[in-house]
Amino acid sequence: MSEKGGSLLLAEFNANFSFNYSAGRYASYFFKKLKEQKQIMGIRCSKCQRIFVPPRPACGFCFERNTEWVDLGDEGTLWGYTVVQFPFLDPLTGEERPIPYGYGFIELKGASTRLQHFVTASDLNKLKIGLRMKAVFREERKGSLADILYFQAIEE
Amino acid sequence: MARRAKRNVAIVATGQTDHRSKRPDVNIVEMIHEAVRRCLNDAQMSMEEIDGVVIGNMEHFEGIFATEMWSADSAGYLLKHGMKITTGGTTGTSLALAGYYHVASGLFDTVMTIGWEKQSEGETTAGLIFQADPLWERATMSGAIGSFAASATAYMNKYGITEEQAAKVAVKNRGNAFNNPHAHLKMELTVEQVLKSKMLAYPIKMLDMCPTSDGACAMIFASEERAKRVCTNPAWVIAGVTRHDQPFGGDLEMLADLRTLRSATEEAYKIAGIKDPLKDIDVAELYEPCTFAELSWYETAGFCGPGEGGKLIDSGVTYMDGELPVNPSGGVLSTNCIGATAMIRVAEAAIQVMDKGGKRQVPNVNRAIATGFGGSWWSDVMVLSKTP
Repeated sequence: MSEKGGSLLLAEFNANFSFNYSAGRYASYFFKKLKEQKQIMGIRCSKCQRIFVPPRPACGFCFERNTEWVDLGDEGTLWGYTVVQFPFLDPLTGEERPIPYGYGFIELKGASTRLQHFVTASDLNKLKIGLRMKAVFREERKGSLADILYFQAIEE
Repeated sequence: MARRAKRNVAIVATGQTDHRSKRPDVNIVEMIHEAVRRCLNDAQMSMEEIDGVVIGNMEHFEGIFATEMWSADSAGYLLKHGMKITTGGTTGTSLALAGYYHVASGLFDTVMTIGWEKQSEGETTAGLIFQADPLWERATMSGAIGSFAASATAYMNKYGITEEQAAKVAVKNRGNAFNNPHAHLKMELTVEQVLKSKMLAYPIKMLDMCPTSDGACAMIFASEERAKRVCTNPAWVIAGVTRHDQPFGGDLEMLADLRTLRSATEEAYKIAGIKDPLKDIDVAELYEPCTFAELSWYETAGFCGPGEGGKLIDSGVTYMDGELPVNPSGGVLSTNCIGATAMIRVAEAAIQVMDKGGKRQVPNVNRAIATGFGGSWWSDVMVLSKTP
């Protein structure tokens, strides 16, 4: 057996196949409100009062079933962020994702968790922790998180 | 909750490939076989003496979803007990924990665990994006780099940790890697070089981030009776703990307060009787996907107080000649074949306890810890000891 790699083969596999995920009851309601009323909804645990966004069926801390929807508004605070500037293959498109882009975690008022999304400012270099951020919505909304284009810094 | 197993279990052997960015000379099964042979050689055991095998990797990197089918013969579990475990970044520690639990249960006397990854055969960042929720996270997240970067800004902001302090971790670990014959990246670096390396996603630069590697690791867990027969100086497993958390990145603090690691180390320390981690632990193999993570997780694992990770590296405590050397192997910053990465932490901790570290050996190791990190910020911890 040869110990050298030179004549060894490499097999390529390129194929397209699709997946279909059920969004579920909670996300379906969230995206309906987002699409129809531009509302970002969280869900409250009736026991510990934590408010979760994205919404989910149960509070992991109390194991209560979550039932109480809360409108979180469209403004929040930037908790952490980065500017992604390395090239990578986006599995959603099969092509490189456009860079650079701002990415961050937004604390919506009242929420116990943060929402991750695209973030931007008049200049990406002006992003900083603690900035007030406002959701910018798509004109033609389809009922997905992409109905929010990004969160824009509110600058003086 | 916190308790010792009723049956003593030890790690009696480890085997690793020589990890590289690409191994086109072998296919997946051949690479696994290499680590298995090395492990058996280390133990001076034959496959017949192994009661069962637990194997795993992170499947969406290579798109190979049936490693247990492909590898049963070459990994030694043909017509024998065999299981696959795949938990993302923690796959390697999940496997090690499973090996430990298998033997501790009394149902098996010797179990081999095998973790592997051939990162070069797929797309790492795309694979990690696939791990994220399709409705909420895939469009925006950019794999490990972007997630760590956004958490790192929050960590720096909270405690005043600097990029220079983080850079020291890269210098330390890739320098340590020169002493490890299996390590992938061995580099003589300066803080300046790390700071000037290409910006990937602020504040993470190229040299702040782990590489992607091809490699495999195997270990043998044995009951006390078996361990004493095959090994003069085994590494006894004192505690093995795993913790999971909420599903979304925005639910959690990966840096500054990785509560899965805090909870897992607290429980493991309780079981092992560790009161002052810095003094009571002789060496740590910490799963550090990026420089900032090592600093932050010093704090979370109780090596120092909250926000003191930067000061701890400044003081030299975690260097090879310090009070608690962290990652003598070179860590994840030097080698990252993901399904094997967390198991390499356990294997390297075992090597230290067994006094088999060669040039990377820390003197007088009685107690070592190893951690694993992965998925939606979950953590595993194992405590190993020279005495059962």
